[in-house]
Amino acid sequence: MPQQSSQTILDVVTWIQRHLDAGLSYRFACRVGMCGSCAMMVNGIPRWTCRTHVNKVMRDNQLTIEPLGNLPLIKDLACDMSEFFEKWTDSKGYFQGSTTRHDPVSTLSPNSPQRRVADAATECINCAICYASCDVVNWNRDYLGPAALNRAWSLQNDERDRASAERLTAVAGDAGCHQCHSQQGCATYCPNELNPTASIAGLKRMVAKAYVRGELPKQGTKRDA
Amino acid sequence: MLEVRLYLAQRASAAIMAPLVLIHLGVMIYAIQGGIDAAEILERTRGSFFWGANYGLFVIAVSVHAAIGLRNILREWLSLRGIGLAVISWIFFAGLLTAGLRAVAAVVLS
Repeated sequence: MPQQSSQTILDVVTWIQRHLDAGLSYRFACRVGMCGSCAMMVNGIPRWTCRTHVNKVMRDNQLTIEPLGNLPLIKDLACDMSEFFEKWTDSKGYFQGSTTRHDPVSTLSPNSPQRRVADAATECINCAICYASCDVVNWNRDYLGPAALNRAWSLQNDERDRASAERLTAVAGDAGCHQCHSQQGCATYCPNELNPTASIAGLKRMVAKAYVRGELPKQGTKRDA
Repeated sequence: MLEVRLYLAQRASAAIMAPLVLIHLGVMIYAIQGGIDAAEILERTRGSFFWGANYGLFVIAVSVHAAIGLRNILREWLSLRGIGLAVISWIFFAGLLTAGLRAVAAVVLS
């Protein structure tokens, strides 16, 4: 195929669909690294294809483009993301406040230590690159995975959230944060340079402290072995 | 909350082992400077509460730590779950503890 300057992997896939195989299935939306839709394996490494330049990842003038790892395949380069997003729900990865729209807007200092920790984990675009690069997900299909746990950590450090014990219980089962081996595949490949490994380590400490203080239920979760 | 208890037990056992390993290495390096044989070692360890407690505690910590680590490996590599996983882990723990405490008894009590 014709090579151009600043050509991205997504450009390559689109060119193939338009010129070689009109039935090729893949997923993309924004093309500028915002939506997290277009992640694929490129020469064996998970990457956001809209922001990955061909000339930076091509080896021996060849590219191997495959569907994202650790996820069921729908067709060609499109994976089923259901389990990835269901695990966000399983880990209580949604904000649960205690105020209503009638209450005054909360005032948060962007410089408070807790807010800084939350901010460091916030810029996730749900691309599932961390999920595809995680060996623990590969070994244990129930493992919640780096993205969901990173989200849980971010919310645990949100001063407005009120679901702390409930969320810590959800991430403390045998598919939760304690399964992480800190191999840092997620941190290595995250396109937004987040560090889910550090977030998971924070969750481990937070869960342990809450357990010792008696703030967690003794019986555990449905995922406990 | 089994995972949390195991996490705490593994960290606590690691924290116990670390200084004990340093004591072991330090004493070993110091003791062999002038040359020492088995009889001389046993002469110092027999009847010693300190060495019995030191190595007894080490054996307990190792047994806990290694059994939890093995449990993780069995679960990830062999997909073992439930009662089978628990039984193998407990047997491994009991085996390590028995063998270790017998060794400690041999150099302290005999």
